[in-house]
Order: sequence, then C-alpha cells, then structure tokens
Amino acid sequence: MQAYTVWADNVNASGGLLGHKVEMRFVNDASSTSQVVTNYTTLISHDHVNFVFGPFSSLLTIPASEVAARYGYAFVEPSGGSEAVFNRGLTNVFEAEPQAGFQDMLTFGDWLLSLPKSERPKTAAYATEDDPFLAPEVAALQTKLQNAGIKTVYHSVYPIELPSYAPIALAVAKSKAQVVVLGANLPDSTAFVQTFIQQHYNPKAIVSAAGPDQGAQWVKAVGANNTAGIAVPLGWLPTSNTFGNKNFISSYIKKYGGTASTMTVDSGEAYSVGQVLQQAINYTHSLSNKTIIAALHKLTFKTVQGNFSFNKKGIPNGHVFLGQWVHGSLQVVYPPSLAKTKGLYPKPVWGTKGS
Amino acid sequence: VNGGLLLGAAVLGLLLGGVYGLMASGLALTFGVMRVINVGHSAFVICGAYLSYELFVRLHVDPFLGLLITMPLMFIIGVILEVIFLQHLKEDREQFSVLITWAFALGAEGVLGYFFGTQLVQISVSYGNASFAIGGVQIVYIYLYGFLFGALLMGLLALLLHRTTFGAALRATVLNRQAAQLIGIDVARVTAIAFGIAAAMAAAGGALYGMLSTFNPGSWYDLIGDLLIIIVLGGFTSIRGAFLSSLIVIMFQEVLSVMISPTWSDLSFFLLLAIVLIVRPNGFFGIRAREA
Repeated sequence: MQAYTVWADNVNASGGLLGHKVEMRFVNDASSTSQVVTNYTTLISHDHVNFVFGPFSSLLTIPASEVAARYGYAFVEPSGGSEAVFNRGLTNVFEAEPQAGFQDMLTFGDWLLSLPKSERPKTAAYATEDDPFLAPEVAALQTKLQNAGIKTVYHSVYPIELPSYAPIALAVAKSKAQVVVLGANLPDSTAFVQTFIQQHYNPKAIVSAAGPDQGAQWVKAVGANNTAGIAVPLGWLPTSNTFGNKNFISSYIKKYGGTASTMTVDSGEAYSVGQVLQQAINYTHSLSNKTIIAALHKLTFKTVQGNFSFNKKGIPNGHVFLGQWVHGSLQVVYPPSLAKTKGLYPKPVWGTKGS
Repeated sequence: VNGGLLLGAAVLGLLLGGVYGLMASGLALTFGVMRVINVGHSAFVICGAYLSYELFVRLHVDPFLGLLITMPLMFIIGVILEVIFLQHLKEDREQFSVLITWAFALGAEGVLGYFFGTQLVQISVSYGNASFAIGGVQIVYIYLYGFLFGALLMGLLALLLHRTTFGAALRATVLNRQAAQLIGIDVARVTAIAFGIAAAMAAAGGALYGMLSTFNPGSWYDLIGDLLIIIVLGGFTSIRGAFLSSLIVIMFQEVLSVMISPTWSDLSFFLLLAIVLIVRPNGFFGIRAREA
C-alpha cells in the first residue's frame, strides 16, 4: 500500500496520468478469498474506478483477477506468481515481476551449480509449507539439484498452522544436509534459522523462498550476526541501478522514513505495478482497459525491478536475481552479469557477518 | 528416524507444552469460574506479547522482569472488561460470551494494528539462541526458562486456589455458581478477579510466546484453536488439566512431526481430540460440574 501511494504521489508530482490526478483507493481484504472478490466487485461496479491493481499472493490474485476479467479490466499485479495464476485462459493478468514466482527458486540452483564441481555440495534437505505455490517452487529446485547429483537426505511438507516449526528444523539439522532449501515465509524461515543456531548446525548454504528479503524485520528476528550467507530469490533490490529506482527509494524514505536497507522487496514489486500501467497508458494515450490490455501484451516495460515484457499468458520473461546476505547487507550474487560479489560459499558459521 | 531426533523432539514438545499450558490455564479458569468461553483469550496473549516487546525494545527491560509490569496491567484491563461487558450476562452466558469476547479480540487486533502495523516482530533477547547439551540433546535455555516459569506460575495459581479463602470461593463458584451465591460468596467480585487473573496469565504466556515466535496483531487467530483444544482435552475447567494436556498434546504433536510427517501430526491432534471426547467426554482431568 505504501509503495502504491508513493507511485501515485510521484505520478501526480509530474502532472498525473494523461493530465488526470491519480487518486488511490485501498480496501482491506484480510487475506480472505471471498472478501477480495467483494472488494474488487465494489471497486469496479460501484466505485467505477478506472484501473485496479492486484493484491499480494497468488491465493488472492486468482479470485480477484477473475472479477477484473469479468468486467474487462486489466489486472497488473505484484506477486501472484504461481502457475495456477496463468493457466486459467485469462488475458488480462500480468505479473509485474521479472520472472514468474513459480520459477523463482531455480536461480539458487543455477548459482550453486555455477560453483566448481569439486566444491559443490553433495546433500540437500528440503522443507516447505504445504502451500500450492511454494511447494512447486521447491519441487522444481529439488529436481534440478537431484539431476545434478545432489542427493536428497530429507524432505518434508508441513502445514503452516503448526504450534512450532522447531521439530522439523531439528530433523533438518539431524540430516546433516550440506544445503537447506526452505519453501518458507518470514515466520517459519526465522524459526528454522533460530533452531539451526540453537542446534549448532551450520549447513554450507541456505535458501528460503521469502523471509530474508524482508529487510529490518528479518534482521531483527534472526540477529544481525546470523544473516551471512542466507540466500533468497529477489525481484528488487535498493542497490540496483534500474529504471526509477533512485527516485522511488528517496520518495519512499521521505514519506515513510527508514533507510533503503529496511525497505522490503514487496515495496519494489508494488511500485513496478504502477510503472507498468503508467507506461502502457502513456504509450496508448488511453484510459480504456481494452486498449491497455493490448498494449500490456505488446510492450517492454522498464521498472525498478529491471526490464521485461509479458507472454500471452501474462508471464514475465525477465530473470530474478539471487540475493544473499553478505557483510550485513543483501547483495546480488547471481546472475554474474548483475552480481557485485561472488557470494559466500560455504556459508559462514553463525555469529559472523561473513568477513 | 533416529533415537536422538525423537528424544530431541520430545524434549522440545515438553518444554513448549509448558508455555502453551500457561496460555491455556487462563482460558480454563475463565470457563470454569464464569462459564465464559473467552475466544479473545489468545488476543490477550498477543497484547501481553506486545507489552513485553515494547518494554524490551524501548526500555531494554528483560521480558521476564517486565512481567512485573505487564501482568498487573493486564490484570486491571481484564477486571475492567469483565465488569463492563460480561458481568451483566445473566442467561446463556456461554453463547453470548463467545460474541462479546470475539469482539474483545477484534478490538484488540484493531488497536494493536493501529499502533504497531501488521509487520511481524519477535522479542529477540540476547540469550534467545543459547543452548546446552545433555545426552546428545540440545536444550535451548529459552524453552527451558519458559517451561520452568510456566510451571512456577501454575504452582502459584494452584496455591491461590487451594490454600486461600479467595481460592475456596473461586472453586465453589466453579462447582456451582448459584449455590456459591446462596452461601454468601460475592460471585461478581470473584468472577471479575478471576478474569483479571486469566488476563495476567495470558500476559505471562504472551511474553514467552513473543520470545519463541514471530507475531503480529493477527496472530491470535493461530493460537485460539490450539488453546481451545487443549482445555477441552484437559477437562474444560481444570487448570491442572489444561497444563498437563498441553504437555501431552504438544509433545505428541512434535514427536509425530518427526516420526511420520508434520501433516499427520496436525491431523493426529484432532484424532486425539475425537478419541478422548468419545472415551472421556469430560477430558483427561474434567469433573462434572453440578448445575443448580
């Protein structure tokens, strides 16, 4: 919501969209799939908004985008990246990220397999939420690593409602896997790391689908000295020299305080939604959703997450980065063309920043 | 599955069960004394977690020490809420109390959301990741402290219930509210204090929960289901039952997590509930309350 607001402020400061002032209207979906349908129906059929932006998560994107499709609205969204989002025959959905979410974790496999063969890990453990979006991401990475000869020594799918993630983390630790792959979000990825520290278990590499990308929230939860070497797929980074990134960061900090390093990836994803729509409107000189949808299928967009276009299903065709915590900050370590450092392998032991 | 892993999971479950027992005890007390199903109890836990978090972050007060402030504060809040909203319920207390305490929870979530936002936080104490080994099992200090502190508070509550005049009045109210009133017990006062004690216990549980997990204002949804199951298994009104059933249930769940799969452990939780309710409808430690 904050990044959407910053985008609207920046557009209005430069004259608005085709001369019209942008006014944002936010409604709370409480992460409910039924509420999100009510919200988008109201926004379109009652409030008669010109455009809608997507919510976060595939779970909410799917029902919301169906409402938008029914009314012929374009649906540019920040993070609904599961295969199910794109396999419903809709032509109005566009995920404003460099790469669709269901392919995100493969970048970790690419980085790991770019290491000299003699240094590569031999065993891996996989633990993922029982989530229709995260589990396939982890499964795709598991297949890739197994095909490269990295043996699976532990695999578990767990419900998110567990009172504690510690026993699963304990099982991962006891497996002594050299690589840990977590299909986790902030609460569980934090719990896993804490248990690994408590068990004095130091794998050579750890990647989590989300969590380490959540800036200050993550650092506070695991401790600044325990972040080194933990990796996460990234669509956006404050240090990237991408289109409009500096302006976005300075506007955001001016409005909400904090620093660039405390901003979350979510904010960059949301800002990109606005950038994509803005470029489609400016190109077509139209506020018609039908015209905008056609342009979204055709153009290449410049965003704070890099440049990308969409295929006919709305899947973006760029590449996510692999971020890793190095010397106390999240840095790109893959692909090499964008990386400022090789990354840390093996991961430093707990309690050191990786110097 | 190797023995070390099973033992480690059992120890984790036992220690975590102590913390859940502390959180559930207030819920059992409220139901026992007041016939109030406080579905907002877990929101009190989260309020307690935030109070401890604020004291820790702003004033660097250790969460255990901070309980000297947060428990009395939550006690007062509990008494005020009971006097204003619950004391006037004369009929269908169980049903109406669900609605009222649900409103407490939503209100608490709204207020916490206004002040703290929805970001996940955790009380990250310096000793949070410290552990020591016994027989190949790493014992995490913070879990151990949580268990011991939970057991200590439960012991104090037991002393209050069984060794004081107030405790006798409270137990009489649990057994038969109307008869207690007839023999001269100020039931209104007893229930207000009991609700305050439950809120104070929730504050203590919240401090421990906040050290062990990340939380945000919506975390009460995740907790209330587990706590309700624990008190049902424990016998609804039995505080000792709530504590012991939480040890059994959480340990059972943690062991199954590593022995079979976390998905099965979640299912087994409800299977255990169904079996106990068929075999012992009053739970592990329940007594049949005499209604007037």
